[in-house]
Amino acid sequence: MNSHEKYKMLMMKYLEGEIAKDEEREFEEHIETCDECRKEIEGFEKLKEVMKDMRYKRPSDEIWKTYWSRIYNRIERGLGWIFTSIGATILLIYGGFKGVENLIKDPGIALIAKIGILAGIAGLAILFVSVLRERIFVSKTDKYSKEVEK
Amino acid sequence: MVNKCVFNIEKQMNEESDREVIIRIRDGNKEAYKIIVNRYMKKAYYTALGFVGNLDDAADVSQEAFIRAYKSISRFDISKPFFPWYYKILKNVCLNYKRKRRALHEVPIEIVQDKVMSQSPGKESLSHEVWNAISKLGDDEKEIILLKYFQGLSCKEIAQELDCPIGTVMSRLYYARKQLRKKLERVIT
Repeated sequence: MNSHEKYKMLMMKYLEGEIAKDEEREFEEHIETCDECRKEIEGFEKLKEVMKDMRYKRPSDEIWKTYWSRIYNRIERGLGWIFTSIGATILLIYGGFKGVENLIKDPGIALIAKIGILAGIAGLAILFVSVLRERIFVSKTDKYSKEVEK
Repeated sequence: MVNKCVFNIEKQMNEESDREVIIRIRDGNKEAYKIIVNRYMKKAYYTALGFVGNLDDAADVSQEAFIRAYKSISRFDISKPFFPWYYKILKNVCLNYKRKRRALHEVPIEIVQDKVMSQSPGKESLSHEVWNAISKLGDDEKEIILLKYFQGLSCKEIAQELDCPIGTVMSRLYYARKQLRKKLERVIT
């Protein structure tokens, strides 16, 4: 550690009041001869003075009363959403399959209309898969989400 | 009976370590998570407030982080303290929130005492100036200033929370203070 780094550390310890007696003596002797460090510590002390009067605004007490229940409800609902999503996906796939089957077999619908409807359905399916794939890719490469795993 | 249950939960909250509670949560006791949430909700809320700068959203993001922590609780290393792990999740949720939503221009800080320096502007504008200066700091510098001055943590506690050596905290604190002082030059000279 060079001397600048050393005094920087001592300065922080000094400001925090976590400095040992011998270090304190050394630092005080140093700032008597070093203008740069003396000005710096004076500035930091003024900053400390301003900051000690600051605090976060307090929210209403209502937040703390409902804090846990909101978390609990969302945890419980999570399971409900999973089952609902699974059910809806199965029904959608089954309904879509049956719909396409009936469409193809229905002699009353013109061939061109059948092609148009099928192309529309295929397009929607491609868009859905594409969006889904993008979401999965983003969640896998998201640098912030990886931090959680550390 | 109800009073007895409440008393028991409060007693458990005082007596059980995070580790013991988390073992119970892992065994399927969802209600036990309440002990952890109640223990850290204020700390979590104010940490989030520093990141998102908005009183209402701070509650939402800190709760979202608690939900994510609950879902990942099986991956938590119970030999370590809970809050530094939760803090990483919370920070991630806050950063994602900030990326996705437009920042709201709210000043989430205020002056506690009447000790405003004589040559400084009024209380309201001083807290505005301080918050503006903090907001312009880099993420790492802002984080350490918020932990130091607004959460009132010692360097040792910051090191535990951020899971890094105390020397790193001191060094980051030095540069963060230097930057903040420069940005507040008009106010503190």
